[in-house]
Amino acid sequence: MNRLTFLLRKEFRQIFRDKIIIIMMFAMPTVQLIILPLAMDFDVKSVNLSVVDHDHSTYSQQLITKIASSGYFKMVGAEASYRDALTYIEKGKTDLILEIPAGFERNLVREGAQKIGISADAINGTKAAIGGNYLNTVIASFNAGLGINVTANLTSPPASIIDITWSNWFNPLAEYKYYVVPGVLVLLLTMIGGFLSALNIVKEKETGTIEQINVTPIKKWQFIAGKLIPFWIMGMIVFTLGLLVCRIVYGITPEGSIPLLYLFAAIYLIALLGFGLLISTYSNSQIQAMFTAFFFMMIFMLMSGLFTPVESMPLWARSIANLVPITHFIKVVRMIVLKGSGFSDVQPELLYIIGFAIILNGWAIWNYRKTS
Amino acid sequence: MIQSLSIINRQLSIKCENITKTYNKGELLAVDDVSFAVEKGELFGLIGPDGAGKTSIFRILTTVLLADKGTATVAGFDVVDDYRAIRNRVGYMPGKFSLYQDLTIKENLEFFATVFGTTIEENYELIKDIYDQIKPFNNRRAGKLSGGMKQKLALCCALIHKPEVLLLDEPTTGVDVVSRKEFWDMLKKLKQQGITILVSTPYMDEANLCERIALIQNGKILSVDTPQNIIKAFPVSLYAAKADNIYKLLTDFRKSDFVASAYASGEYMHLTLKEDKPDSIRMLTQYAAQHGHSDAEIKKITPGIEDSFIRLMQQPN
Repeated sequence: MNRLTFLLRKEFRQIFRDKIIIIMMFAMPTVQLIILPLAMDFDVKSVNLSVVDHDHSTYSQQLITKIASSGYFKMVGAEASYRDALTYIEKGKTDLILEIPAGFERNLVREGAQKIGISADAINGTKAAIGGNYLNTVIASFNAGLGINVTANLTSPPASIIDITWSNWFNPLAEYKYYVVPGVLVLLLTMIGGFLSALNIVKEKETGTIEQINVTPIKKWQFIAGKLIPFWIMGMIVFTLGLLVCRIVYGITPEGSIPLLYLFAAIYLIALLGFGLLISTYSNSQIQAMFTAFFFMMIFMLMSGLFTPVESMPLWARSIANLVPITHFIKVVRMIVLKGSGFSDVQPELLYIIGFAIILNGWAIWNYRKTS
Repeated sequence: MIQSLSIINRQLSIKCENITKTYNKGELLAVDDVSFAVEKGELFGLIGPDGAGKTSIFRILTTVLLADKGTATVAGFDVVDDYRAIRNRVGYMPGKFSLYQDLTIKENLEFFATVFGTTIEENYELIKDIYDQIKPFNNRRAGKLSGGMKQKLALCCALIHKPEVLLLDEPTTGVDVVSRKEFWDMLKKLKQQGITILVSTPYMDEANLCERIALIQNGKILSVDTPQNIIKAFPVSLYAAKADNIYKLLTDFRKSDFVASAYASGEYMHLTLKEDKPDSIRMLTQYAAQHGHSDAEIKKITPGIEDSFIRLMQQPN
């Protein structure tokens, strides 16, 4: 046990000696947590729209004014022909084209129906779909407010309409930041824990110091514990720092129990450090470890449900996502922070994370024994 | 008989018996049936070129590598069964500098002392001579030290727990001539304190500084003896030759039918003859003159370790 204390003292000395690593460990997550969620905003705010008005009537003017004043659209052009407007899409200057045919007003009044055309640039599928929906909503509302429809409704009995109202639970304004900030926090913790632990152990291999350590009476578990404990402590500090940033910058305070959150963070970090250790046992140089860690981090990031809900992935992707520890931790952090879920709600996830911790560390230690 | 054997065993500090080690699933033979023994308190040298298998032997003796075949004991303990006991009794200095570059001299030394459950003060006497030379730089990081200082620090770290056996893998490679000489003086002092030292080196001139040496090549031991005996065992006369155009002289001699071997060695070339005669020098001078080397200087010399090594290497197995 005494020997472990000396190992830990040495590790902390080395960590604190490398100023850049210290900055990377604490400043980087803080800065990223402040910047990333602001940039990763999926709310579609300004859709570029160009209008081709063949009618030039009062109704078409009204429609265009209504769309422009809705706040979702930025009018980038009013062209005389559809072909001209299409060049805007080709050049990427507009996302949507609204084409109002000639006789728009006349047909609406006389025949009670009229078609209009919407063309969307679908390269950014989300933006096209959401922008198209916005436009449809605005047109529907315009349609409902049309003078002829209003008078028509007065004479005939009102058609039965299902009027939908809704409320957003746990995130009343449906703001993206509440969804993404806890996720980014977990992601940063994962990067710090996974990368640094993997690189640190490989560094001992690369510089040959492990050779010298191996001929001393230091036991293997002492060496491993000496490596993992400092990074576990660092990880917990980073996690605390992240929660503070959430509170100060985004005003997000955990709805649920903070000790429960820390319990998960503690076990999750053990799993993660096991992952780092595992990579280090298979790598011989820091470059190898870096690339391997990076490969898995990419998968972790994109499949963890950080950006897109796991439930909407295809079955095979969902299976992979469930095999990634970060998925479960993100889910739990969102549940506890936003929903205020209690222990019984997150129990299955706890078992998952404990399972990961045991498997990853067990595998790493088994492989570490085998190699030397 | 059994009793006398055990007495011998007790006096042996290192014993290798038929050690064989291969890499790449048997493709690469690194150590080939090597046996040698080092007596207690002896300064023993493993002499051989790069890739001869020296480091593999060291790694087997320090218990970090398992041999395919054969047994070895260090300080009376088996390298496989009693590896823990060995690790407490052995000081190892790997060929590559393997201390923490981001820790200072003092921190490195303290760390290795505590790892062995001791303190710098406890064994200060043992390292004093060496440590005093680097002490002024106590707070300098190991990575910022010169080659000679790194080597002294590594030796201090290997000695800090007062080991019975010191294993030094190419300690003088990449170190300047003055530091090398100092280093060997330090080893002699350590030997006087009763520490067994096994040292490897690719430098033939350092062989003479060991009490006994093993010449090793391609994983095989060619000869084990004192340097003097190895030189004495050189079976033929050795001649040295020099001329203005020494390269042409070398090729000319190699073409002749009476020269057994000829190779460059410093400013001279060394050669042995197939059949030695009393007037060989005259004959060689004549031959040189015939090939345009009127200035050739040829003399008979006493062979060195390098000559013995080259001769042993060239012998068919």
